[in-house]
Formats: sequence, C-alpha cells, structure tokens
Amino acid sequence: MRQRLVRWRQNLASFGKTLVRSRMGLVGLTMLTVAIAAAVLAPWIAPYDPRASIRVSIEDIYARPSSGHWLGTDDGGKDVFSAFVYGSRVSLIVGFAASMISMLIGGTVGLVAGFYGGRIGNFLMRLTDIFLVIPDLPLMIVIVAIVGPSLWNIIFVIGILGWTGTARIVRAQALSLKERQFVTRARALGAGNFYILRRHIFPLVLPLMVANTVLVISLSILEESTLSFLGLGDPTTLSWGGMLNFAFTRGAISAGAWWALVAPGLGIVWVVLACTLVGNTLEEAFNPRLQSHHLQGEDKMVVRRGPAQAAEE
Amino acid sequence: MAAQAPEASLLEVRHLSTNFVSDEGVFRAVEDLSFHLKKGESMGLVGESGCGKTTAMLSLLRLLPAAGRIVAGEVLLEGRDLMELDEAEMRAVRWRSMSMIFQGAMNALNPVRPVGDQIGEALVVHDLAPSLKAATPRVTELLEMVGIPGSRQSQFPHQYSGGMRQRAMIAMALACSPQIVIADEPTTALDVMIQAQILELLERLQRELGLAVILVTHDLSVVAELCHRVLVMYGGVLAEYSDVDSIFNEPLHPYTRRLLEAFPDLSRLEGKLVSIPGHPPRLNKLPPGCRFAPRCPEAFERCRVEQPGVRQVRPGHWVTCHLMEESAPNAHG
Repeated sequence: MRQRLVRWRQNLASFGKTLVRSRMGLVGLTMLTVAIAAAVLAPWIAPYDPRASIRVSIEDIYARPSSGHWLGTDDGGKDVFSAFVYGSRVSLIVGFAASMISMLIGGTVGLVAGFYGGRIGNFLMRLTDIFLVIPDLPLMIVIVAIVGPSLWNIIFVIGILGWTGTARIVRAQALSLKERQFVTRARALGAGNFYILRRHIFPLVLPLMVANTVLVISLSILEESTLSFLGLGDPTTLSWGGMLNFAFTRGAISAGAWWALVAPGLGIVWVVLACTLVGNTLEEAFNPRLQSHHLQGEDKMVVRRGPAQAAEE
Repeated sequence: MAAQAPEASLLEVRHLSTNFVSDEGVFRAVEDLSFHLKKGESMGLVGESGCGKTTAMLSLLRLLPAAGRIVAGEVLLEGRDLMELDEAEMRAVRWRSMSMIFQGAMNALNPVRPVGDQIGEALVVHDLAPSLKAATPRVTELLEMVGIPGSRQSQFPHQYSGGMRQRAMIAMALACSPQIVIADEPTTALDVMIQAQILELLERLQRELGLAVILVTHDLSVVAELCHRVLVMYGGVLAEYSDVDSIFNEPLHPYTRRLLEAFPDLSRLEGKLVSIPGHPPRLNKLPPGCRFAPRCPEAFERCRVEQPGVRQVRPGHWVTCHLMEESAPNAHG
C-alpha cells in the first residue's frame, strides 16, 4: 500500500514536471484554474446577484462600464460582470459532464470494438461512422427541441453526440495493443478476455482517453454556447452563449453596447483555449511519440567547450 | 517400444497439422508432426527460422494468431486430447499443466505494470491466490528461485536488465508448478554470458522440479548440452527425431547432416564456414515432393515427385526421407 502511494506520488511528480516543462500546458492549466475558481467562488466575486429582481430606470439599460458596473449593464439593466461570472458555472458544468458521458460511451465502444473485433466490432464502428457523418448541430437542435432545453438535457445531447472521436482513438490503440506479445502471454497464462481487457489493455488506453476527454471538454463548451446562442439554452440559467443571444437579439449592437458581447465571447475563448492547451499537453505527456526532442534539442546536443577543439584536427 | 506407450508419455502429439489461411493462399506451417515427452524429459526442437517451430508450440496451447487453424492431429496431455476441450477447460490447462517462456522477454511483459504483479497474475487467474497482494510471498519465492531479490518485484520491466527479464519470465512460467515448460528461444537477444546463465538456470530448475521441457532453438550446441531428445524440423515437417546421441553421432536425414556440418568447429580454425545453399521453401508454394529436395544434394527422382512419410528406422529414431527406404529396407518392422 505504501509502495503504491510512493509510486503514485512519483507518477504525479513526473506528470507535473512534464506540465511545467511545457509552457503551453502551464498557461492552459492556469487559465483553467482561474475559470474554475471563478465558477466556484461566483457568489463572492460577483458584485450583484444576477437572479435578484431589480428596479430599472431607462439609464440603466446598456449603461456604459463604470465603477458600479465594471462591464456595464445588459438589456435588462443587470450587471454584465455578475452574469459573466455566474455564466462560467454553466459552461464548465456542461463541458465536464458532457465529456464524461462522451468518455464513457466512446471508451466502451472503442475498447469493445478494438479488442473483440469481428462482427460486434464492425457493427460498433459502423455505428460510430453513422454518428460521425450526421451533422451534429441540426440533430442537437432537433433533440433539444423535442426533449426540452434543460441543463441536463443539453448535457445529455452533447454527450451522446460527442463520443465518436474518443471511440476511434481508443479502438486504434486497443487494436494495436491486443497484438502485443504480453497479451499472448496473459492468454497463455490462462487469463480470459475480460481479465486481459481490464488488467492489460485498459491501463494502457486510459491516459489517451483522459487526454482526449480534456479536448472534448472544449468542444462541449463550444456546443453548449452554440445551442444557447441559438436560443436553445436552459432558460433558467444564463450561460455565456445565452448572454450572447440576448445581447445579439435585443439590440446591443445597434446600441453600441460592445461590453455585452465582448465579455461572454472572451469567456468562451478563454475556457476553450485553456482546455485545448491542457489537452494537447496531456496528449504529449502520455504519448511520447508526439514529442520531437531530437529535432528541438539540436543546439544542446554538443556541450563540449569551445568549437576550437574540433577545428584543430 | 515401451517409449511409445501412451501411459509412459506425459505429452503425446500425433499428426499435428496447422495451417495459416490468408488471401495469398493456405500456408501449411506445420504438417504431420508427432512426438512425445516423458515426465522430466527435455526435448530440443531445432530448425531454421520460419520452419514452424513456434507455430507448433503455440498450437499445443491453442494460442495461434487469428489466421491459424489446427486442421488435424491430437495433442494428448496425460491421455486427454487438448483439441477437444472447450475454451474454459483450455484456460485451466494453460500455465497450470503447460506454461511457456516467450521469445523476447521485454515484449512479453506489460510495460506499465510491475513485474511482481505480472507473475502474481498467474496465481490469481488460477485461483492459487485470492489477490495480487496475497500472492506476494509466492512471487518472492519464485523470483528468488531464479536469482532475483524479492524486493525487486515492485519494479517495472524497464528497470530490469535483459537477463533479469528473461529470468523473471522463467519465474513466471514456474508460478503454477506446471509439468511442462515450453521455452521458445529463451536465449535469443542475450549476450553469451547471460545465455549461459539462463541455460544453467533452466537445467537446474528442470532437475530440481522434475519439469519436462521443450526447448525451441536454432542453436545446436544448446540442444547438445541440455536435451535428451531432439526433433529437427524442416519447412513445417519433422525431418528427424531421435535421442541426442543418435542425432549428433549418426544423423540420417541429409538436412540434419548439413545442419551439423554448418556448425563451426573451433578445433579446426582453418576450416571454412559451411552453409546449406538455397532457401527454405515458401509455405504456400511447397515443392510437390520432399520439402527439402530442392536443396538436398542426395535427392533423386522420387524425392521430387513423392512426399516421404515419417518412418521409424530404428526403435526411437524417426526420419522423413526416401533414402531410408532405399538403403535400409530391412529396418521396416
């Protein structure tokens, strides 16, 4: 047990090192931490409660940024900054929850298709192809319109449409792993299919799955924003996409109220970029073949002192 | 003929044939292979690369790749035909009765799991230990048996040297106290010193544990040192099968003779290296007659048209060659 703990700590440390060495990953992680902190601490950060009903005068509508309202007010005279901070919650919840669903479905489909192959594998991959060619957005709009635009419905819809990439990556990895000799050895040992899948294939696929999932998070966030922007978001919670929708449809552009559009837009970019950076770094850390040190390290390869030594001969 | 009686044999293989089916046709990788193995006996399986040695061994365990088909023959383990077992029964046989040391230990170990866990795995799979943790004492014992300190069981394969990995594989093969261990080229890719260590270890374990060993190799010196009996394969068929003395002192098959001649003699330093001209046959385009005929200096007309059958020319000495019939017709019977 103690050894396991030590090993865990070593793994974590080496993972941390990779992350720090990669500046991109560190930037991404910092950005993501800021976003998560904002979402968790929203009630303390936001100066106003966006859900409280307020009395509005005409000057309050699309008011310019001021000391009272750092990012101005929206069409309802409410504080944009407060809505912006609370909106991060929706984006992150949808992003994480939907990509969890994607990972579960995609991981299972990919492992089963890759490891068992044959007729089941073929069927699963054709199913994946079907999901891949269906244009996601129209289908999402239709499904949300049918099941109703609640937060969990949106998560569900994004989740069940976003697993195809994960499935294909996991399948490819499982396909190559099952031909490795240690799998034959495990089989010679008397191990059954499920055991081999659980103890030999899954641990080697998992890192890839995690890296892929982080990338799927950013996609899910984008999709949620798209749905909300199209007016299919959960009406009871205001997400960044929803803020954009309101600003766009309720005359923010003609009123010149750039603050109502810029804040949620940048928020989406911020979180998506953070997840992409972290995801790419994870992918690189878990899949050393993506690294290319032999190309990057040329200038550091020869460390003898002075070029004269070589020139003498 | 007592050696042939089934009750004396631990393992008896009769007329085993394995094909590989692919788009390019049927590859007859192993054909009509018969041999037997007694308790505590060791047999060398010798032949060029690609002559079906590993395929034959994987057939015994029914672990062929997807394209492989066992098309004929019986594998009797203590009188029970392994080819008739269902998959669950076969799983129980694997490793418990017959285990395997794989070629290239690095590939046969999962890189992301500690070596000790992978040895303990055999015990857990066969219900000899309730959990990996409970298997630790036995794993320690096994590792120490092959000369690895038990404390290193929590390390990963890449932290082991090549020789240690091979020894760990041997420990793994012994985990369930099998009666038969198939060692598939256990010393390839190791340097000569380590090779000697591994072979010594195998010999010692065989003696101490009374194991029956099938040693697959292309190194004749290893066979001479370690084995009681030798089976020479050529192009998927048995060429010659006898005890080690007969093979080395009076080889009958032209291929065996060439093989022994090709082995450099260190006492005659001026001697040139001898090789057998030509290539082994392609298994999907076999010659109509004897598979060795195109390379055989002693081949005559019949060899090119008719496939020779396996003949027992002397008690315990089998040869697949037409010459045996021509020159020694009295040996029949």
